[in-house]
Amino acid sequence: MSGGVDSSVAAALLAQQGHEVIGLSMQLYDQSGRNGQTFGTCCTIDDLHDARRVAARIGFPHYIVNFEEQFTETVVSDFVREYAAGRTPIPCVHCNGDLKFATLVERAAGFDAAFVATGHYARVERDDSTSRYRLLRGMDPGKDQSYFLFTLTQAQLAHAMFPIGNLDKTAVREYARDLGLSVADKRDSHEICFVPDGDHTAFLARQGVGRQEGEIRNPAGAVIGRHDGVQRFTVGQRKGLGVSSRIPLYVVGIDAKENAITVGPRAALDRHTLTASGVTWIAGAPPARGNRGTAQIRHRHKEAAATIDPIGSDRVSITFDAPQAAIAPGQALVMYAGDEVLGGGWIDS
Amino acid sequence: MRIYFDHNATTPVDPAVVEVMSRVLAQDFGNASSVHHFGQRAKGVLDEARSAVASLIGGEPSEVVFTSGGTEADNFALRGAAEALEPTGRRHLIATGIEHEAVLNTLKALARRGWTITLLPVDRSGIVSPDALIEALTDNTAVVSVMHANNEIGTVQPVAALAQAAHARGAVFHTDAVQSVGKIPVDTRQLGVDLLSLSAHKFSGPKGAGALWIKRGTRVSAILTGGKHERNRRAGTENVPAVAGFGVAAQLAMKRLATEGPRVAALRNRLEETILARVSGTAINGAREPRVPNTSNISFEGIEAESLLIALDLEGIAVSTGSACSSGTLEPSHVLRAMGLPTHRTQNSIRISLGAGNTSTDVDYFLEKLPLVVGKLRTVTGMRR
Repeated sequence: MSGGVDSSVAAALLAQQGHEVIGLSMQLYDQSGRNGQTFGTCCTIDDLHDARRVAARIGFPHYIVNFEEQFTETVVSDFVREYAAGRTPIPCVHCNGDLKFATLVERAAGFDAAFVATGHYARVERDDSTSRYRLLRGMDPGKDQSYFLFTLTQAQLAHAMFPIGNLDKTAVREYARDLGLSVADKRDSHEICFVPDGDHTAFLARQGVGRQEGEIRNPAGAVIGRHDGVQRFTVGQRKGLGVSSRIPLYVVGIDAKENAITVGPRAALDRHTLTASGVTWIAGAPPARGNRGTAQIRHRHKEAAATIDPIGSDRVSITFDAPQAAIAPGQALVMYAGDEVLGGGWIDS
Repeated sequence: MRIYFDHNATTPVDPAVVEVMSRVLAQDFGNASSVHHFGQRAKGVLDEARSAVASLIGGEPSEVVFTSGGTEADNFALRGAAEALEPTGRRHLIATGIEHEAVLNTLKALARRGWTITLLPVDRSGIVSPDALIEALTDNTAVVSVMHANNEIGTVQPVAALAQAAHARGAVFHTDAVQSVGKIPVDTRQLGVDLLSLSAHKFSGPKGAGALWIKRGTRVSAILTGGKHERNRRAGTENVPAVAGFGVAAQLAMKRLATEGPRVAALRNRLEETILARVSGTAINGAREPRVPNTSNISFEGIEAESLLIALDLEGIAVSTGSACSSGTLEPSHVLRAMGLPTHRTQNSIRISLGAGNTSTDVDYFLEKLPLVVGKLRTVTGMRR
């Protein structure tokens, strides 16, 4: 329970359905040391206060579990490492797969809880014919969060519940209002929770990834400017390049080894293919080569028709029907068949 | 079934206390500083409570200053004595590493204002040795503060010997007796201290009422300044209903101490013996004697205290992991750390603190559930490793 409306309603729904609910909020970073400074929109002291109030109102126990150590080890360290390597990480995926549906599931088992439920807009269904679990997009297309859940294994899905996956955001807020939950009109969180001001460069600097000057090159390899560190850039980025040009320039490549970024015109961002590694197949095994489906390369990317060619058990090659702009290494590739998540991995190139 | 084993955090309020408080709240609304009838009635309530509290700790009514609780009493003692002693030129304060945060953080605040602080070491027994104090004392030492009973492990400190050592070097001696008053006999004269903090809600009284006992002649400056309440020592309109409840709780404690102590000790000892015998990988933290009769702090190998606390609460059993922190989150205990216990033991220990309402049936229920819960948590943790 993050203290937001989604997880609050998820918990309330379960309680109303007659489940015995135990509310848990994860404390992920130190909230005490900095004299009342707030830490963004997810799981600040105020959010914990909101979560407690919801639990008290509905009438189930609520606890704060301290995962600071695990969060730093798994989520934050990966975030720092990826940016330093010139990639663009999405920590939420690790938080879901490595904390919520790993450490938290283990804790829950100790409390005799059969499931871990979250306020994600996604659905999980058991296919009785195959005895396998299917992960599906949430019903609200504008809010769907299945993209962030692709690492879940069959074992994890077997213990996962997404009570608001069938609802749209409006219904969730209405429901919260009906129950008199104080969080009904609380604004959504968008930032990365541990970088509440959105300034990831400053955060990385505090973590030891500081200024390191390097070259800005054009696609032909000519040096056309200087930059302050590859961690400041993402493929597809246009702002903050500091290079003057008649046509708009975009980051088209990041080479952390040479500490160089390559910039080019919009058209240079377009690619037909990508490869990804560390792939999880929701069904437990890869589909046949040449499988047709759709693929999504960012949370806010409109899924695009593609041919899916698994390479071994944990890599995949994707060929889009139409070229896609700004395929950023480090971001997640998630593959779908209709609403169903086939699997996903981390974009390499 | 709900069992409350967290009496060191706070205690259920005795019905007799509730009764008197309700009556005072409803009827004796006057300001105790007022000259008229209403003020006199309120003043009468305070006087009676002051006498009861003084009797409980072997002091005079005029030596009792009511505060908002134990934390304020500790702040008052340390900040007040430090300020009053500033003209002497002494700028050194001594306490132990196992004090309550009310003392430790107050000392930190004084350190930022130029005071030198020495925290005496404790060993695994959780008991401070007078020799350590004698070694730390200098002619520059203004105040020594050592708690009477520790809130997390229950060990009782040799306060009389410590106070004597402090006095031999001309230092003022304060003891935080929040966890001992109402649990064991506390006599300020026998202890030989100058300042003693106590709190009502630790022995069936209400929250928001406490006191600092100030031995006649001890110099302490007021830290809350304003009107002439509490004989100029603590400004602010007295919380008359809460103080009335404090007084009743003090009377009850006096009456019950002799029987309640041994009764609770027997429950606690049976609980400990059974856990040690039935649950593997368990150990009692700190010396078993001298200890307040209600407290037990136990390590469970291979268990996270946080999980054990939650799992027990889901079974209806309320315990804690050391001191209750304001945010409700859990941190490794500074007391266990100060005792030199290894990190894993500071994170796998829970505090069980019994009290007036507990019966043998409660202990039976706990002893039935605990091995099951511990077994389950160990299985789950074992799967990961």
